[in-house]
Amino acid sequence: MAYIELKDVKFQYPGGFLAVDGVSLSIEKGENLAIVGQNGAGKTTLVKLLNALNYPTEGEVRIGEMDTREHTTAQVSRVVGYVFQNPDDQIFHSTVYEEVEFGPKMLKLPPEQIKRQVDDALKLTGMKRFARENPFNLPLSVRKFVTIASIIAMNCEVMVFDEPTAGQDFVGNERLSAIIKELSARGKTLVTISHDMVFVGDNFSRVIVMSNKKVIADGSPREIFWNLPVLDEAMLKQPYVSRVCRALGIDEKVISMDEAAEAIVRAAKA
Amino acid sequence: MGAVIELKNLTYNYPLTSKPAIKNLSLSIEKGRFYGVIGPNGAGKTTLCALIRGFAPGFYQGELKGEVLIEGRPTTDYAEGELSLKIGYVFQNPFNQISGVKDTVFEEVAYGLENFGVPIDEIEERVINAMRLTDIEALAMNKPFKLSGGQQQRMALASILVLEPDILVIDEPTSQLDPEGTESVFKVIETLKRQKRTVILVEHKVDLIAEYADDIIVLNSGELIRFGPKQEILSDISLEEKGVQLPQYAVLGNKLREAGLELEYIPINEAQAVEVISAAMRKGAR
Repeated sequence: MAYIELKDVKFQYPGGFLAVDGVSLSIEKGENLAIVGQNGAGKTTLVKLLNALNYPTEGEVRIGEMDTREHTTAQVSRVVGYVFQNPDDQIFHSTVYEEVEFGPKMLKLPPEQIKRQVDDALKLTGMKRFARENPFNLPLSVRKFVTIASIIAMNCEVMVFDEPTAGQDFVGNERLSAIIKELSARGKTLVTISHDMVFVGDNFSRVIVMSNKKVIADGSPREIFWNLPVLDEAMLKQPYVSRVCRALGIDEKVISMDEAAEAIVRAAKA
Repeated sequence: MGAVIELKNLTYNYPLTSKPAIKNLSLSIEKGRFYGVIGPNGAGKTTLCALIRGFAPGFYQGELKGEVLIEGRPTTDYAEGELSLKIGYVFQNPFNQISGVKDTVFEEVAYGLENFGVPIDEIEERVINAMRLTDIEALAMNKPFKLSGGQQQRMALASILVLEPDILVIDEPTSQLDPEGTESVFKVIETLKRQKRTVILVEHKVDLIAEYADDIIVLNSGELIRFGPKQEILSDISLEEKGVQLPQYAVLGNKLREAGLELEYIPINEAQAVEVISAAMRKGAR
């Protein structure tokens, strides 16, 4: 059995709205995957099932040995950290340091370990220079990194990032890439929701496509971004470089900038 | 056609700050054109919007040197209501824009028109039209604060479109939207341009800016570093060193040139890329 297992999971909101309809998914420890799909496809609802912010109304969610239904959200979220889509749903302290320190403090770790983990998280996210700032004096795109730091500081086994690329600039996206790479190298299991297909193509080994409350495809970025019927169904588009290669009639399944440049040069020489 | 907005030697400090958010900036905006504002976070893009709309220094206080002229008159001369009719402003975080006093999306979108005393029949028609354009008709009876981030962004845009202002200042309206929703927002903006409205849009999705905008305003550290037609600005690879994201097609074009392909020019959108790269491929690599 995989480290994370979802079996025929359905989730219905109290008002009766069905947001996730029969999703089965296995995620191995240390995997680094992206979830893509339209607004309203069920992505956020699905990832909230991983840390027990939502409990399945049918089916089961297992994280390691835990069946989430038998545990409190507090227990599950020690293992699965979730970074909210809107940082303002998460932040409630008056300095960045206190905000990031809150999680490990709740875990009742020894003070020196708390300090070590907080420092590490601040450094990794580039938030060290803002440690004494009030998070609400920082721009939204920077506040997002504060919330990412808060989860990294808890050193959870699984980390879930909900649309971290929203509103990020060039430098922000590069920093996110670096964070994901480092956490992945540390063996963390990472689940990231994103609308940015270029970012997804560049940073993940596995992509899950959701459409209309269901998972409709699961594969490598190359498989997904060249599965045009699936992209159509999920109202997604290929990354720009894939599109241009297709339009140029280049018969290689290109998904990155470097691959595109190489494939075009090869075709020109042929 | 003369300038509809003129910024003259603007330097602006937020209250209690020593470093200006905008430094010695001058530019003039022409009626009926679509301007894309780009640059790294913290470059002053939102501040520029706030200055045009008169929120800075008006609402935010702070210290302003220089002048903002809207149709030849300084913003400080306008009564607040007058300026809000002339310039529609869509906030970066839709949360900051929602009135909080309305129970349904329909009423929220209608709120501005109610305040301006527009007849009820006309309000209904305009609200329905704005909701249709932004694809939120199905949400009409929902509670504004219960919407998802992307839905709130579309409602915030609808609430401004409904006012039919001559000038629209729109701050990152698509940050939480999926690719389809993002494209539809750009199509709405294209419609506004056809109606001869002036649009100033802050946006990180530079590939879509390259497709739809006319002119580009590039800010960095509060300064205007480039201003001009999109073809010229967005093909300039040197901007990358300043933390400015260029369109994927421009980056690809530059890579291909480095690799020895003779591109006639640097493309900024898909149609150009296909044209110029296929021509170069026919000539073959050096």
